[in-house]
Amino acid sequence: MSAFRLTGLCSCRGVSLKVIESSCNLSRNRRGCLQRPLLNGTRLFSSHSLNSKVNLNIIPADLVDKLERLALVDFRTKEGLACLEKAIRFADQLHLVDTSGVEPMDSVLEDRALYLRNDTETEGDSAEELLKLAKNTVEEYFVAPPGNIPLPKREERTAMLKHSEF
Amino acid sequence: APVSSEKLVGVVGLEIHAQISSNSKLFSGSPVCFSAPPNSQVSFFDASLPGTLPVLNRRCVEAAVMTGLALNCTINKKSLFDRKHYFYADLPAGYQITQQRRPVAVDGVLTYSFLGGKKRSQVVRKHVQIKQIQLEQDSGKSLHDDVHSQTLIDLNRAGVGLMELVMEPDMSCGEEAAAAVRELQLILQALGTCQGNMSEGQLRVDANVSVHRPGEPLGVRTEVKNINSIRYLARAIDYEIQRQIGVMQRGGTVHNETRAYDSKSGETIPMRDKEGLQDYRFMPEPNLPPLIVFEDNATLPPGVDSSQVVVVQKIKEGLPELPSVKREHLVQAYGILPEHSFTLVNEEGLMEYFEEVMKATRKEPRKVIGWVMNELLGQLKQQDMSVSQSPISPAALAELLELQETGRVSSSGAKQVFQVMWGSSGKTAEQVIQEQDLGLVSDATQLHNICQKVVDSHPTEVHAIRNGNAKVLNKLMGLVQRELRGKADPVLVMEILKQKTRGGGC
Repeated sequence: MSAFRLTGLCSCRGVSLKVIESSCNLSRNRRGCLQRPLLNGTRLFSSHSLNSKVNLNIIPADLVDKLERLALVDFRTKEGLACLEKAIRFADQLHLVDTSGVEPMDSVLEDRALYLRNDTETEGDSAEELLKLAKNTVEEYFVAPPGNIPLPKREERTAMLKHSEF
Repeated sequence: APVSSEKLVGVVGLEIHAQISSNSKLFSGSPVCFSAPPNSQVSFFDASLPGTLPVLNRRCVEAAVMTGLALNCTINKKSLFDRKHYFYADLPAGYQITQQRRPVAVDGVLTYSFLGGKKRSQVVRKHVQIKQIQLEQDSGKSLHDDVHSQTLIDLNRAGVGLMELVMEPDMSCGEEAAAAVRELQLILQALGTCQGNMSEGQLRVDANVSVHRPGEPLGVRTEVKNINSIRYLARAIDYEIQRQIGVMQRGGTVHNETRAYDSKSGETIPMRDKEGLQDYRFMPEPNLPPLIVFEDNATLPPGVDSSQVVVVQKIKEGLPELPSVKREHLVQAYGILPEHSFTLVNEEGLMEYFEEVMKATRKEPRKVIGWVMNELLGQLKQQDMSVSQSPISPAALAELLELQETGRVSSSGAKQVFQVMWGSSGKTAEQVIQEQDLGLVSDATQLHNICQKVVDSHPTEVHAIRNGNAKVLNKLMGLVQRELRGKADPVLVMEILKQKTRGGGC
């Protein structure tokens, strides 16, 4: 059973143009992403044929804002957004694999037994070492700002990062 | 079709976090201890240093299975761990390991009771569905220092094992929620899986409250947090229900928000806006394979180490006596009423107190219950004391009851003695009886003489008694009591008077 699943994944990695071409004609998975067969080889990475959430090669601005806030990253420039889009489309190749009747697998460790530890104290006496790592401590406590610092607005960030090498 | 009444009613669901009673944390070998110096119980994994991995504690799995079984849940043989992402200084990893997709136990039921009815003496039984029980990590503690505009972080609690119990919104008011939580507390304490001390944060309860008209769809709910005791739980919920009804009646709308209970004012107040609706971006925890628990020894894979498996059957067999069973046993063993048995189990230490007294007295259980419920518990409640703080020990009370049984003191005299003993720590019943001269006169000769005197001086009454009017005996009894300043043993006196007035010879 696991061998079958691994094969399924392998065929998706290291995918070649040829494989995508022939896979297009397979029956679609439940996402129903491919609405029309791919006829033109050069348009293979067209986003709207692979990802129903994305319209016309553009990821909605409020979705980008939300991602930036949740993950505390900044996609910065047009190049950054383009990179994000490429990453999404690269991952979308997974949708080309016919997974009907196959249980989702979230880790290759699935067949391993989960190790259970005995309930004994074996560690935890590391206050000194850990506190040393912090810039600010107060009487053996770590110091944090009074609340989460909200991500600065886009305009502010652009101004702050004007001279950044990235 | 159901008739929709005009009245809005409350709908209450509870989310409970119970800290697992274990020696070490859920995914690390750091000690679990209350009130240790800050950051002294933190391993590299707890501090989320790169390169560290979670290692599951078997005791925590057993605790979750045990609790699931006690609450009639279905135990999922295969359960999964997930990451729940959000940023906060007391969550060093930026995510909490929890069980969102498939928790270890689902679909249970908690049966609870409370004393209702007109005189609050009837045991009302209710049920609440348990949606699921999942294992998850606790976060560290944040201490807000407003003076210096900073937050101090103590990670001792970070990584401690929690069982999150999700209850369906089957309750309708604060009293029901309080009774349900009290029963859960008793169960967890009996199992030993959680010590259940709400003030120490071992049992944390958040209430989801909404109002609606019966038969109509549920209303918008608010989440009420910062509830530190069962008493406050009932008050917070009732306040919130009334608040929401008020909003609706004024034509307003209830907002889906988180509110904090303020015990001083008894009100719920909106909490600081937590950056809008959270998206936790749940994902499977890649470092942990699925958790498998086995039904019984027959289903174990061959050659497996017993320390590496959790067997449901074995845990089921090892379950201790649950509170509901305890109550039944008390009724069976002592012949007491269900409502008394309920109070005995419900009040911390009261059952033990009662059983101690029973061991040391010949008095019948129902009468002892009267003393324990009325005299003892009454005093404790009045002075807001716990059973363990009672100035009268079970042995001391038993001694008093024995003295009453043997006629050394009357029942009203005994009550007086009790009051005096309560106020003067350590004095025995006998001491008080002597000091207060409450001892009954049971010297036969003395009683006979006084009775004779009374009988001789009241021929009219004696005549009435001989003619069938027995009630007049009470008048004679009163006269005897007056002679002895109320210290006549009433039972003996009645006997003697009856004898003397029976007719024929004095």
